[in-house]
Amino acid sequence: MHSSPHPGRRRLLGTAAAAAVVAFFGTSGRGFAAVEDVEKAIGEFGGGAEAVDGMITLTTPEIAENGNSVPVAFTVESPMTEDSYVESVMILASDNPSPEVATFHFTPQSGEAKASTRMRLAKTQDVVAVAKMSDGTLHRTSANVKVTIGGCGG
Amino acid sequence: MAAKPRVKVPKSAAAGDVITIKSLISHKMESGVRKDSDGNTIPRDIINNFTAAFDGEVFFSVDIDPAVSANPYLEFPARVDKAGTFTFTWTDDAGVVITHEQDIALKS
Repeated sequence: MHSSPHPGRRRLLGTAAAAAVVAFFGTSGRGFAAVEDVEKAIGEFGGGAEAVDGMITLTTPEIAENGNSVPVAFTVESPMTEDSYVESVMILASDNPSPEVATFHFTPQSGEAKASTRMRLAKTQDVVAVAKMSDGTLHRTSANVKVTIGGCGG
Repeated sequence: MAAKPRVKVPKSAAAGDVITIKSLISHKMESGVRKDSDGNTIPRDIINNFTAAFDGEVFFSVDIDPAVSANPYLEFPARVDKAGTFTFTWTDDAGVVITHEQDIALKS
């Protein structure tokens, strides 16, 4: 594998990264998050409201060369006024040892409901974003990220 | 906790502009699932919270879980209505808080 400079946050570390990801998430036999864990986390976050698709643009790479540092960004459409704004956005990794990645809390003073960070993904999986609006409605979307372990291909 | 945080905030903005703030802090973000060579679990030790305030009022915060990468990077917006001071805080599992301030001027 070759490294090439890339503007921004991704670092290409090759197979050492693959080994590090496996070591990082451990071999304790704990297993990975089940679908129920994800839905339970979303249920708690949303207070039981039904999540509808849309409003959220979730940006993740199709293929993550380094599972230790995967860029994730989102934008939620909203006027961000006192009458109507995005309160919180939760990011989950459906197949990590535990699904929660981060929960972002906004106010109208944010101006826009968007954020970026970098996350750890143990393996190829769906990343889920759930947005809770000030009126209690819930939106969700997901994207699949292939995590390359030990070389080319997922 | 760890080294000095680095935050990128524009020096000035027009009233009503939404600016982008970029923050980085060095921290290994030990997830709590790794084991050492003796098979003992290395205890969790992460930054678990970040807040951004303007003139003392928090407008953005993040609950951070162990799946956030080492050296946590956060990029987020802020609407600027007046000149003032941003205050950013990072809190770790031990309750240690690191604070960083940055001023912004209004474009005339």
